[in-house]
Amino acid sequence: MSLHVDGLRVYYRSLRGDVKAVDGATFDIADGEIMGLAGESGCGKSTLGKSLIRMDSRMRYVSGSVELDGRELPVWDDARMNEFRFGHVSIIPQYALSALNPTRRIGSIATDLLKARDVPVDRVLPELVRRLELVGLSEDVLHRFPIELSGGMKQRVVMVLSSLLDPSLLVADEVTSALDVSTQRAVAELLVEFRDRGFVKSMIVITHDLSVLYQIADSILVMYAGKLAEKAPADAVVHASRHPYTQLLISSLPDVGVRYEEQRLSGIPGRPPSLLDPPTGCRFRTRCPFAFDKCAEEPPFEAVGPAHAAACWKTAA
Amino acid sequence: MLSVDTCCKTYRVGAFGGGELLAVRDVSFEVAPGEVVALIGESGSGKSTIGKLILRLLRVTRGSIAFDGVDISTLEGRRLKEYYGNVQGVFQDPFSSYNPIFKADRVFTMLRREYFPGLTDSEWHAKLGASLDAVSLNPGDVLHKYPHQLSGGQLQRMLIARALLLDIKLLVADEIISMLDASTRIDVLNLLGDLKSRGLGILFITHDLNLGSYISDRTMILRRGAVVELGSTERVFGNPRHPYTQSLLASVPQLHRRWSEVAPSPAASGGGGDGGPLVMVEKDHYAAAGPATTVGG
Repeated sequence: MSLHVDGLRVYYRSLRGDVKAVDGATFDIADGEIMGLAGESGCGKSTLGKSLIRMDSRMRYVSGSVELDGRELPVWDDARMNEFRFGHVSIIPQYALSALNPTRRIGSIATDLLKARDVPVDRVLPELVRRLELVGLSEDVLHRFPIELSGGMKQRVVMVLSSLLDPSLLVADEVTSALDVSTQRAVAELLVEFRDRGFVKSMIVITHDLSVLYQIADSILVMYAGKLAEKAPADAVVHASRHPYTQLLISSLPDVGVRYEEQRLSGIPGRPPSLLDPPTGCRFRTRCPFAFDKCAEEPPFEAVGPAHAAACWKTAA
Repeated sequence: MLSVDTCCKTYRVGAFGGGELLAVRDVSFEVAPGEVVALIGESGSGKSTIGKLILRLLRVTRGSIAFDGVDISTLEGRRLKEYYGNVQGVFQDPFSSYNPIFKADRVFTMLRREYFPGLTDSEWHAKLGASLDAVSLNPGDVLHKYPHQLSGGQLQRMLIARALLLDIKLLVADEIISMLDASTRIDVLNLLGDLKSRGLGILFITHDLNLGSYISDRTMILRRGAVVELGSTERVFGNPRHPYTQSLLASVPQLHRRWSEVAPSPAASGGGGDGGPLVMVEKDHYAAAGPATTVGG
């Protein structure tokens, strides 16, 4: 078991109270597993990913524990997490395209990062060059400024830098969202290759785009309004989902070949609840066509089949 | 209705405008009433530039754009205002289309001042109500609210409602649903479908092939400012002839097919004919002539 998260709650401080962005997340990621984390904007997926690396000043750890390779990860302690960051857990941030300091050359950004972790640069440099070549970049980029690189090149540089010390867990936050279709495919397939080559042991790929996850992820975790809705192997989520939210979400996605005239798709009526004061019980019940009395109680996130868990009274019954 | 004829647009680039960037190269197409034309291209392909040219936010460098037979570059003053009564645009980011200081329904009152100064309050409210109804919005939910109180889907629908108030004939929809969540974007797409069946022509600009194929009747694939493939949506997506279109279709993530089942097209790295003249490959299906284009078959 590579990563084990148990009952993690992370809230945002705001003047009007706590925003319950991650409200009780429990899941495991196996060695070598690429887990996709999907959901709509504001469902807490980025918060969950970031909280495993670094909580920023607005985020507040409430409860729960995180275990990585059998060691407890002190996610609530910013200073103690330093020991784990970059080497054990690492992140490709959202907006990775702007994550590179525009006034520094790529080479000096890499050197700074390594020095901050007391890693001898000479020892890692050949590996850095080798990996840059693997993603289709020449050694030359180390002497370039970020502005001289295209979006896809910058994304690849950040991917290589983030995974340089072979972390056990890599969180990739919306890495393919800002890219063109063909670049998107290349970058997404590189994530898989990084795992296959053992650069990273396991990975959380956060995106709102389920069809990208279906291409690269082993399992998919769907979040809704701060809660986990469903986790299952990618095929099961797409073709045999058990949670009504996942089912409706997938049926609202058009594929090439689906035409308006022939097959009318429909969205999900309503909008997600505010996380400032979320409703009790199942948070999807106001938009759910199958809701019944019992949904006023909160459904547990529990197994409904092999490697398949969902939080819905209908599937549990 | 709208006819774009060998249109070119050059941008001045560089520190003193010394360089030239050819953003749109000899693009020709037409939009008929009740027709959705999808303009699909990657970033930098010039798709938004074409939208801006049609909305007269930019001037064409060469070629012409005609609406109902009148060249739009000659329009001034009252004639231009009339043109905007027929053609309106909605853009990508609903949050930056509104001024956050004012209430969101100010977009309607501004339009009333310009185009309907003679209407009484009750006539105006009836008209506004009908327009909001057409985009499935409840007036009580959206009027007298600030932009931050509304969702992206609601804001985007309000902009479409604003365009509909004018009885427009052509809507330029530039990435209007790219910022919306998956569960609401399909509703806005279906809305466009309804408007189309009422006779509205729509130029649907997008980078997303799935969305383009769902809603459009005709598809144009744009690459580096030039049209590489043009035809009925069924034919372009069902039987792509240009290597660039083929590579795009191989890369688009889908839920019924894994990437591993389709080999990446050799043209993915930029091969294939580019900017050549369009030749007819079958009925209602044209592709740019290039060394690699498979004509016939």
